[in-house]
Amino acid sequence: MSDQTTQAPHTVARVPRTPSANEEPYLEVTDLHVQFPTADGLVKAVQGLSYSVPLRRTLAIVGESGSGKSVSSMAVLGLHDRRVARITGSIKVGGREVVGMSDKDLEGYRGGDASMIFQDPQSSLHPYFTVGDQIMESYRAHHNVSKRKAKERAVDMLGRVGIPNPRRRVDQYPHEFSGGMRQRAMIAMALVNDPKLLIADEPTTALDVTVQAQILDLIADLQRDFGSAVVFITHDLGVVAEIADDILVMYAGTAVEHGPVNKILGEPLHPYSWGLLESIPALTGEPAPLHPIPGSPPSLLAVPSGCPFHPRCEFKDRVPDDLCRTLKPELISRTADLGRTSRCHLKDPDKVFETDVLPRLP
Amino acid sequence: MTAATTPAKSGVKSVPGAPLLELDNVKMHFKTKGDGFLARGTKWVQAVDGVNLTLAPGETLGLVGESGCGKSTTARLITRLLEPTGGEIRYQGVDIAHMNERRLRPYRREIQLIFQDPYSSLNPRHTVGTIVGTALRTHDMVDKKGELARVQELLELVGLNPEHYNRYPHEFSGGQRQRIGIARALAARPKIIVADEPVSALDVSIQAQVMNLLENLRKELGIAFVFIAHDLGVVRHFCDRVAVMYLGRVVEQGPRDSLYEAPQHPYTQALLSAVPDIAVVRGVPPKNRIRLVGDVPSPVDPPSGCRFRTRCWKAQDICATNDPALEEKAPAQHVACHFAAPPAESIIAEVV
Repeated sequence: MSDQTTQAPHTVARVPRTPSANEEPYLEVTDLHVQFPTADGLVKAVQGLSYSVPLRRTLAIVGESGSGKSVSSMAVLGLHDRRVARITGSIKVGGREVVGMSDKDLEGYRGGDASMIFQDPQSSLHPYFTVGDQIMESYRAHHNVSKRKAKERAVDMLGRVGIPNPRRRVDQYPHEFSGGMRQRAMIAMALVNDPKLLIADEPTTALDVTVQAQILDLIADLQRDFGSAVVFITHDLGVVAEIADDILVMYAGTAVEHGPVNKILGEPLHPYSWGLLESIPALTGEPAPLHPIPGSPPSLLAVPSGCPFHPRCEFKDRVPDDLCRTLKPELISRTADLGRTSRCHLKDPDKVFETDVLPRLP
Repeated sequence: MTAATTPAKSGVKSVPGAPLLELDNVKMHFKTKGDGFLARGTKWVQAVDGVNLTLAPGETLGLVGESGCGKSTTARLITRLLEPTGGEIRYQGVDIAHMNERRLRPYRREIQLIFQDPYSSLNPRHTVGTIVGTALRTHDMVDKKGELARVQELLELVGLNPEHYNRYPHEFSGGQRQRIGIARALAARPKIIVADEPVSALDVSIQAQVMNLLENLRKELGIAFVFIAHDLGVVRHFCDRVAVMYLGRVVEQGPRDSLYEAPQHPYTQALLSAVPDIAVVRGVPPKNRIRLVGDVPSPVDPPSGCRFRTRCWKAQDICATNDPALEEKAPAQHVACHFAAPPAESIIAEVV
């Protein structure tokens, strides 16, 4: 029997995020292009992507499969095989250029200044080594310390991410951990070298909601302690609303909307963002039919001309001269609010949102 | 029971006045190999342990819960892909729990399954026409001449181009493949469709398309659904009634609105409070989140008494000794908890 006799649940306050300040960016991506030549043609996975994240800030990158969100983040860590991927543009992390970095420099950079949490902890942990071994390996790759010291560090990290009984757990294998604990172990491994940049690629998608809630709290806590810049890749707008300061919406390899999270989710200005919001069923109110975006995302082998979203856009008729089909719009500020940008030809997207979209949001 | 049954033309018998589907204390215990000599140390995984559910014609029942709670096993029991180790599964009053394959045949037609993964549930070497046509042939739905016409009719019904019947699954996107799976389930003209996470593998915009399709089919064809999903928003959107499962048991079930607005079981409350809510950015004050401690216990050796007690903040001594039964605490809302009570304030943030 538990010693809790109180009738109140253990609750955690959800802290609203404060609006972003103008700070020195730690990660700065400028005009990034990633292309893969294949037998079927050139896959243009990322086209002209630019964004920046300062320390202690979280940027959420949102988009569907094939939008380029994972490909661009893997480029930030230098994870693409340069024999396969063509990468141009610039990725600066703490002032250092990652594009074209030598393998030797990349080894020191990856897992040190920057690290990554993957979606599937089951396949990202080696089944043959203990969890402790894998965390120690990462630590010793960047620190010249004894095995005993490294193990102390591993135990410490497992404790930090909330794994009970870390001294025993450190010698266990991944299969002895539950899904949520494996994801915690991955996070411990990613944070063992105090990275200043953490990229989390759908870290909670494979988890149940109660475990997801624990992991989101954990990432927020750790970010506060370590002061890292976090790039959070997800397709769940609810998660974004809770964890992000800024949001970047991607579609077919390009950014279509970028700005503070409350602005982009509260009053989005791009028809694709509208479509995403209209596709999510609400937890309150009378369920109304959803208004999904028609069609499906384009193949990156043949990205549509002009605005890549135009074949699925219900507002393209409001733009004169067939502009959406012929000219790709710039990612610029469309309203008086200069802190946000979007990529759309619509004259007054804020008014269209008010009159056409807002009334039918779930 | 059998005396009252009236054989129908299709071979499906029914008891007048019985509900469409009824699960009565259904148990599914899987054997695990023990590490001892011979059968010593054999343990039983209590995947589903005493589940009671009913389904009326045309109704949608949502099954929610976390991984390992037994919702997918329940789906496989209802469709009789598994034979339960205890209890009765009654279709129109006739127990199909232990029926042999030959007698079960007509019932298989009535209860169809839609799978989660549109990639592994379609044979890559068969054309769409063959995939849907096989379902028609298996259940003797049409004669050979009418087969193609019916396949095309079904493809059109689920929003696919009927001319594409000779294409292979890899030529379709994830959302379109899920539509093929739905067409295959509809081929037998079922009365019940069990949908096991039908949209969770799909992208957000495609997910909404498939949900609208299911909604339309339900309205047009009057099919009853058992809808399994872990996304509470999706379940709320689609279902009339919702049952919450934890560690092989139903802990709470009731009409959608009362379950979402006044959940009485602590686990339901924790589950709802954990859902990240987008309303936060629209100026809705964020709600506190109930944080559950620990992990779900092993179904091999579940806790005594109430199975949720090891993670429950309300747990008292009685919870370890007495197993709470599902009792009606509010109209049509059944809760299995000694301390069932609606939360002091709404768990879901209200949009103002």
